[in-house]
This record gives sequence, structure tokens and C-alpha cells, in this order.
Amino acid sequence: MPHPTAAAPGRAPEPPDSSGPLLTVRGVTKSFSGVHALRGVDFTLEPGSIHALVGENGAGKSTFIKVLTGVHAADSGEVRFLGEPVAFTRPADAQNAGISTIYQEINLVPLLTVAQNIYLGREPRRFGLVDTRGLNRQAAALVERLGIDVDVRAELGSLGLGVQQMVALARAVSIDARVVIMDEPTSSLEVREVETLFGVARTLAGSGVGLVFVSHRLDELWALCDTVTVLRDGRVVHTGAMAALDRVGLVSLMLGRDASDVRAAGTTDFGESHAHGDAPLLSVSGVEVPNRLHGVGLTARPGEVVGLGGLLGSGRSETLKAIYGDLSTTSADVEIQGQRVRPGSVSRALRAGIALLSEDRKAEGIIPEMSVRDNIALAVLPRMSRGGLVSDARIDALVEVFMRRLKIKASSPQQKVRELSGGNQQKVLLARWLATEPKVFLLDEPTRGIDVGAKREVQGLIDELAGQGLAVVLVSSEMDELVEGSDRVVVLHDGAVSGELDGDRLTSADLLTALAGGIPSDAGTAAGAERSDRG
Amino acid sequence: MSTVSATPQAAGTTVSTRRLHMVQRVQRQGALVVLVLLCAVASFQFDSFASGPNVRSIGLQASFLAVIALGMTFVIFTGGIDLSVGSVFALGGVLAAWASQYGTVAAVLVPLAVCGAIGLVQGLVIARGRLAPFIVTLAGLLFARGLLLFISDEGSTVYKVPADSGFRELAQGSLLGVGYPIWMVVILYGIGALVLHRTSYGPTVLAIGGQEDAADLMGLPVVSTKVVTYVASSLLAGFAGVLIASYTSSGVPIIGVGTELQAISAVVLGGTLLAGGAGTVFGTLVGVLLLQVIANVINQVGSLNSNWQDMVSGAILLAVVVLQRYLAGTARR
Amino acid sequence: MAEQTATAAQPAPAAPPAEPHTRRRVDGAWFRRNGVYLGLVVLVVVNLVITPHFASTGSLRLQLVQVAPIIVVSLGMAMVIGTGGIDLSVGAVMAMTAAVIPLYIGYGTFGAIAAGLIAGLLSGALAGSVISRVGVQPIIATLAIMVGLRGLANITGGQIKSIRDPGFRELGSGDVLGIPWVVLVAVVVTLVVWGLMTRTTFGRQLVAIGGNARASTLAGLPVKRVLTTVYVLSGLLAALAGALLVARNQASDPTRLGQLVELTAITAVVVGGTPLTGGQVRVLGTVAGALLMQLITFTLVAHNITDSVAQMVQAVIVILAVYAQVGTRMRRRSRA
Repeated sequence: MPHPTAAAPGRAPEPPDSSGPLLTVRGVTKSFSGVHALRGVDFTLEPGSIHALVGENGAGKSTFIKVLTGVHAADSGEVRFLGEPVAFTRPADAQNAGISTIYQEINLVPLLTVAQNIYLGREPRRFGLVDTRGLNRQAAALVERLGIDVDVRAELGSLGLGVQQMVALARAVSIDARVVIMDEPTSSLEVREVETLFGVARTLAGSGVGLVFVSHRLDELWALCDTVTVLRDGRVVHTGAMAALDRVGLVSLMLGRDASDVRAAGTTDFGESHAHGDAPLLSVSGVEVPNRLHGVGLTARPGEVVGLGGLLGSGRSETLKAIYGDLSTTSADVEIQGQRVRPGSVSRALRAGIALLSEDRKAEGIIPEMSVRDNIALAVLPRMSRGGLVSDARIDALVEVFMRRLKIKASSPQQKVRELSGGNQQKVLLARWLATEPKVFLLDEPTRGIDVGAKREVQGLIDELAGQGLAVVLVSSEMDELVEGSDRVVVLHDGAVSGELDGDRLTSADLLTALAGGIPSDAGTAAGAERSDRG
Repeated sequence: MSTVSATPQAAGTTVSTRRLHMVQRVQRQGALVVLVLLCAVASFQFDSFASGPNVRSIGLQASFLAVIALGMTFVIFTGGIDLSVGSVFALGGVLAAWASQYGTVAAVLVPLAVCGAIGLVQGLVIARGRLAPFIVTLAGLLFARGLLLFISDEGSTVYKVPADSGFRELAQGSLLGVGYPIWMVVILYGIGALVLHRTSYGPTVLAIGGQEDAADLMGLPVVSTKVVTYVASSLLAGFAGVLIASYTSSGVPIIGVGTELQAISAVVLGGTLLAGGAGTVFGTLVGVLLLQVIANVINQVGSLNSNWQDMVSGAILLAVVVLQRYLAGTARR
Repeated sequence: MAEQTATAAQPAPAAPPAEPHTRRRVDGAWFRRNGVYLGLVVLVVVNLVITPHFASTGSLRLQLVQVAPIIVVSLGMAMVIGTGGIDLSVGAVMAMTAAVIPLYIGYGTFGAIAAGLIAGLLSGALAGSVISRVGVQPIIATLAIMVGLRGLANITGGQIKSIRDPGFRELGSGDVLGIPWVVLVAVVVTLVVWGLMTRTTFGRQLVAIGGNARASTLAGLPVKRVLTTVYVLSGLLAALAGALLVARNQASDPTRLGQLVELTAITAVVVGGTPLTGGQVRVLGTVAGALLMQLITFTLVAHNITDSVAQMVQAVIVILAVYAQVGTRMRRRSRA
């Protein structure tokens, strides 16, 4: 075994019957139409261990879980379960073998009772019919054993989300799972519920079950897990004891930046700042979205690129969507050049000069079956037509300008957008928004999933746009891009602004600390100087 | 830090759960309340409404639709729809009347076999081929009508049940003063409720309608459950056809047009969500009765014919679906 | 820096395997796009050989006159399906038109037709607003309207009434330069819809909404307005088709007119290559699809195969056409 690290320290009591690890994964790769999602992942889960699996978006966590549970088949590599090589082809197979998964979205039936949900598909029978009384008795015994306080005859939908999640856990237990994978089970739970869920999880681990735990709430990892595996770009970049890592250390592993790294100039194509004037072009304050954003505010001057930093789930995309009027808010104050834009309408925001490049290119960006040309002209059709009749001459002129300016590579403007590479699709979308002549450009992960060439071009374009006096708000998970591309970075944490970095304090190291939840106390403080060791 | 964010989350959750409860109550019991009120008003307004013969006639009239709507209920539970039931119902009637010359058993089994086969094909195409239920069952509607016209010489032949056939007893006979069809409805709904609550099939159907992916991930037999559901729907529609053939002693080719809508209306009125995943068998029965009472009241009002009933049931379905959307909207926020 | 090289490596291997797929996709798409024309040609050739008098002017004329109203309804349906929706109410709208026309025949031919069109417009507006503003599924909303409207048509129209208006007689059986008016109307409607789809903002927005509703919303398109308009147009075209049928029959028969037309229209659209999932409207394909279905029915009937069997054949064709579409879509998805 190449990794000597996975043995769970401390917590694991001796499981009754097992001599080796529950799960052993060696060199698993998986790619989707040529894009590698997993590149040789090694992973070991010991009995009684609670193993954290962490990584940013696109790191390969969910693909890995799907390989373990039989949703996807691995391209190569080996998965051993209880020492035997396995290759599940259906989730049901994995489940029957003893690998259960609990998802963020509760995959249960709200209108059935707790007991029905636990034993769905495996109900105890009497005379061929479901033995409701026996069912309830068994379920009650099970939940009591797990320390869950719930009436098993209650309808699941009438219970809190936390209890529902625990019922999902109870279901996993009821099918004698040896491995339980929990994929962000806590993201919609309240604190007390999380505590109870953890209690149940520890009980399970105590009985020798191995748990894989995924969460983007970092605190929870130290509270629950004994071992951690960090994925980045489809590779395992670290496996070790949870307690041996601190927050900053973990975040730097997730983001691929060493905490002691100095600012590395020249890895991106961003130039110098173009910000001018003191009057903000965009000013946003008091954005409230229940459960998601709590009084977020930011400003951007003409020519300024304002970065919006934060880990997964911190509310970056939501902030942009709220500004753009796409996410309904309970309160929000958005002003463009001092003029208030009434929230809640995309077309009002567009008219006021706001454009949003969405993070999800496929679902929220391109119209796949339409041509490059029609995709570019989509948002400005009314301007390209008279009396409802489209002027193809005007569109062609516009499209030609943008295809040349953004160097969009397509066989012709008539080519369907879905046939283009990711980078060129992204450029088509940038062209669509630039055609609206925005004053404020909100960019959500503009360089994700595109090749390096296109990436540099996009970064150069952002610079160019700022040079022309646009105010840009940039969301990026890449530290380099955020640090070098922005004049200022506003950091979000759990849906609220937790800090702001600019000037000398805008370094990878300080940003890392800020992302991990701490605010550098002084300008120039070296990151890591005040790490709070936990666990 | 998660402490801070968790508190408002929790508050939001409880409020929406409470609202969800209220909405569910309206959805589940609304039809029953309206039914009771309507009956009260109608018996006050029209002397003949509460009379024995009228009540019996409402019950008998409702029984055919009730049988069809039971199958539709399970189809809608899975999040699907079956537009073929009206045609299959008519086909069942004609087949039964035709087969009655070979005896009662044939009159019952032949239609069930043919209709069951249609349901099987539809179910397989929907569940395995993953085609949209509406287009498959719409084609099924056309196919069943075509077959029906084919066996009735392009609709010109109306088969009669022989006068001495025991088959007539099936729907014309009665026990304890209550017609056999009504007894059958009671039995079938009893079975329906039993299947829904006391077999693994019932929860599976609801799970598929609630979230098909989830059902798949839970390892439930999604494909076979869907196939069984469409077969059952066609069987029940065919059986309703058998009943009507026995009741009218003939196989009328032109019946059943628009019946699919009445069945869907009844199911939706009974509180079943069109999106699938929720509802009760009993609610559907209430929905059927409500539609039938409305039809009866329309008849009481004057010389209004079945066209009025069509118009009213179309309007009711539209109103109920719009209401459901609004309620769902309030529940979500 | 490691992650940058890592991402750089991604698209490189992605490009080569994309090539052969592109080839195959062109093939599949080619059949989906042109299969209907191919089928049409084959069927015409077959009929030339096996059906006596097929190529006679009389026979051709009859075919075209019969298919014209179907083409008109199908084009409305094609636009609805282009948004990813469906309109089951078209047959009932035709019946409603047939019911309304005799009531307003006193206002002249155009008055009566206008009244029929207004009925279609109102029905479409109801469907459109319930679907776009309230968010009811198109199948259910239009199914409810289908049954309700047919009831209403029977109430207002009742039994068959013959129409003796000279204008209607001319529309139904007259012609210009040897081309029947009915056919001419269908040609004009085809051109108008084709223009709408290719030359107007509305057409492009419609296709965009069908292709990706979420992206269209984010691009600031008037999604609700476009959706409502689409159903209004479908209602209008169905009403026009109803008027054509009344003119052709010289009679209005609300109880029978437009029975199951919704299915014929959907078949024409799907066979014509417009995907049921929306995002594309194939205007000429739809016309060809309607012609193909008409020709299939004609061929069967001309060889003494009954209507009922023709109906069953049509049912099977619908399923096969949709199956072919889903097949291509699934293959495409599995690559993605």
C-alpha cells in the first residue's frame, strides 16, 4: 500500500470481523469525452473511520463518489471492497453490496412515513402484504439504537430537514451498509441538527462502519472526521490525519497554493490597474436572500476589476445573480452611476447596463442548437431589428466585429455553438454580453473549463474592458486569477462579506487566510503567522 | 461561522414546512368539502336530488369513470399521464359486446387481454424507450380507436349482448339494492388502497413520481413498476368498458371521447399532484363523485346535455391546476 | 502553476475524438432532417407505379386540398413544439370555429371568418397565459381547453349546418390560375410562418426559448410574451384551418370537425424533423411531414385498406418518429 497515512488514529475502535480496509481504491481514472475528471485516484477507507473528502468545484469529488457507488464506471484502476475487486454498474448493486450514499438533496419520499422510507423496497411481509406493525416496530428499534428521536409513523415531509437526513442515514444502516458515503449532508441543516447527525455518524463508526464525509463547511471536518483526503484537478494531493492539518493548510491544499507562496507575477495575462475616479459606477448594498446572502454589499469604480472571493457555497454566484435581478431578494440596493436599479428583473438590469456571464455555460449560457451568430445576437435582437424584422446585415456586421475581436474560432458564423470548444463557447457568450454595451460586467468563473490559450485571451479581454472604463466584478476559484486580475478583492464567507483586500494586502497568502475564514489583521501580515490550530 | 448562517436557515425551514402543511390540507380535503357543500345545496334546491333513484343513478354513472380514474391515479403518481384510457375504455366495451356471444368469461377476458396488451406496449415504450408518456399514450389513443373502428366495421356495427347472456348481470344486477358496478368500485378501490399502503409497489410508485433519479439511486425497480402501472391503467380502462357493455347490453363505438380528461380531472380534484409523487386513492373517488354530482346538477338545472359537462369539467380542471400552481408557489416561498 | 498546466492538458485530448463523432452526428442529423423528404419521394414513386391515376390532375388536386388545412394547423403546432410545448386544443379550436361561422355568416364571408379567428385567438390567449404566467404544464392546460372548448362548440353549434354563402363556396371549391384557394392559403401561411421563423426577432427568440429557456431568461428575452404569442398564433392558425374545412365541406359540423387533428398535426411536425424537446422549428419539414402522412393514408385507402387501419399505422409512425429523435438525442448526450 503506497499510502501509509490512512490508518485512522484515535477514534477507530476495533471492528469485530475485519482485518483490512473496507475500501481500497488504486489508480482510478475517469474521463468524459476526453476531459479527465479523475487521474489516478488512490483512496483507502478503514473500518470505523470517518474520512473527509474535500476539494473545490471540479476537483473530482462527485465523480469519485459516483464511481464508488456505481453511477459511473471507472476507465481504469481498481476498487476493492472488503478485499474483493468490485465494479458496480448500478447504484442498486453498490447498495446491495453494502455501500450506501446519502445525498445533499434528501432522496426520500416526503409523503411516506419514516418507517416506510427506511424500509422502502425491503418491507417486512406477513401473508404477502406489508406488515405495517412489524415495519414500525423494526424502524422504531433502529432509530432508537441510533439515538434519533422521531416518531416512525410520522410523515417524512412533516419533519425537519435534519431529521430527514438522519432517516436517510437510518435507511443506510438498515441495509447493513459497511460503507456510508455522506455527500454534503449538512448543507441545509441547522446547528443542532448537525450535532445530532454527527452523533449518529459516530455511533455508526463505533460499530465498525466506514464513513466518507463531504462538506464545504470546513469546521465540520475537524468536528467529525479523523482522516482527510484532498482532491484537486482529479488527483489526490494529500491524505493524512485530520488533526495534522489546520484551516489555512487545508485551504491551500484545496486551492493548490502554498501558504508561504509569494505572489507569482506573470502566470496570468492581466495588466496594471485602470481604475480611475472616486465615484463608484456600481454600488451594491444590503443584499438579502433568505438562507443565502446576508447584507452583502460592494462597489466598483469605472475601470476597476473587483474580485469576489470565497469558497464553495459562500454566496459568490448568488451575489452576482442578485445584482443582475435573477435571484429574488428580500432587500437589495443596486445603483449604477447613482441611479437606483429596481431589483428583481433581468431586463431592467440589462437596460441599466449590467451584464452577467454565468458560471454554468451549458445550462445558463449557450443555446446549443443555435448558430454562433444567433447566439451572439441573442440579447440585442430588438436593437438589430426594425418593426420586428431582423436586419441580417446589421447582425452580420456585429457578429463579424466580435468574432474578430475575440478571435472566435468557428468554421463560419452559421456553425452550431454546441460544436465549438469550451473556450470558443465562452467567447461567444462574452461577445453576446459585450454586444449589449454594458457598463458593469459581472463575470462568474469566466475561465473555468477552457484551455490555456483561451484563458489568457479572456484574461486579456477583462483587462482591456477595464481599460475602456467598464466596472468588472470577477468571481474566480483560481487564486492567481483573483489576485492578479483584481484591483481589490471582496471576500465572502457563508453569505456575508467577511473582508476586503487591496493594495499591498492583496496577495495569495492573505487571500488564503481570508478565504479560510480569518482576516489578516494588518497589511503585509504573513499568512500562517497566526494560524489557529484546531483539533 | 456556520452558527450564524444556520439560524435564519432554520427559521425559514419551519415556516415553509408549516405553510406546506396548510397547503397540503387544502389540497387533500378541498374536494371533499366542496362535494359535501354541493350535495347539501343541491338536495335543498332540487327535491329529486336526494331521492333514492337519483342517488343510485349518480353512483352507477360514477362507477365507470371511477374504475378508469383509479388506474389514472397510479399513472399520475409516477409523474406520467395516460391519454389512451378513453379509447381503451371504448375498445373494451366493443370487444366485450362482441365476445359476449362466446359466453360471459370470454366477454370479460378478451377485452382485458387486448387492453392489457396495449398497456404493456405503452408501458414498455415509456419505461424502457424513455419516450414522453403523453406522446406514447396519445398514439395509443389513436391506435385503440383505430382498432375499435376496425372491429366494428368502421364504426357502423354496434354489437349487441345476447338477451339471454349472463354477461348482462355483471353490471345490471344488484346486491342489497346496490348495483354490482358500485360494489366493484368499492372492491377495486379497497385493493387500490391496499396496494398503495401495504405493498412495496405503492411506495415505489410514489417514489418514482417524487424523484425518479432518487428512486433509481435507492435501488427500486423503476422500469418494471412503470410498466405495471401502465398495464394496470389500460386493464382498468378496459374493465370499465366491459362494465359499460354489460350495463348497456351493447358495444357503442363512439363512447369514451374526452374520458381521459374526466379521469385526469377526478384525480387532480382528489388532491393528487400532477407532478406526481403525492395523493390518495380515496381522493380520486371523491373527485369522481364531485364531477358526477356536478353533471347531475347540470342535468337538474334544465335541458343541458353532456356538452355542458365537458365544458364545466374542462374549466374545473384548468381552475384546479392553476390553484395547485399557486398553492405550490406559496408553499415554496 | 501545476493546475494551469493541468487544465491546459484537458482540451487537447478532447479535440481528436470529437472528430469522428462529428461525422456520425452529421449522418444522424442528416436523416432526421431529410428523412421526410426522402420518404415523400419514395412514396410518390411507389404510387406512380402501383396506384392507377395517381398522377392525374384531379387526384393531385384532391390530395392538396385535403392536406391544406392540416398544413395550416401543423405550422402552428410546429411553433408551439419549437418552444418545447404542445397544443392539444387545436382540434377543438377548429370545431369552435365551425360553430361560430354560421352564427356570424350574416356579416359576410369575412365577418364570419373573422369571428372564427377571434375565437381561436381567445382560446390561444387563455392557453398561452395559463402556461407562461402560471406555469401549468402545456399538456394539461391545452387538454382542459380541448375538452372544454369542444363542449362549448357543441353547445353553440349543435348539429351540422350547411353553409350557402357564395364567398365560402368560392373559398372551398374555387381556384385562381388553376390553384385552389385552399391550397393558396396554405402556401401563404407557410411563407408567413417561414418568414416569422427566419426573419423576425420573434422567431429567433422562440427558438432560443425552446433551446434553453433559462439562458433566454438570463439574456433578457421576453419569455412570457413570446410563449403567450406562440399559443395565440397556434389558436389563430387552427381557427383558419377550421374555416378552410368549413368552406371545403360547404357545411359546419362542430361535433366531427377536427377530431384527432391534434395528433395528425403533432405527427406531421415530428415526422418533419422538429424535435419534441423544442429549440428548432422546421417549417418546410412540417409541410413535408403533413404531405407524407396524407400520402400514406391515401396510399392505404387507395388500395382498399380502411381508415381504421390507416389510423393504427399513423399511431405506429408517431412512435417510431419520436423514437428516432430520442435515439439521436441519447447518443448525443452519452457523448457529452
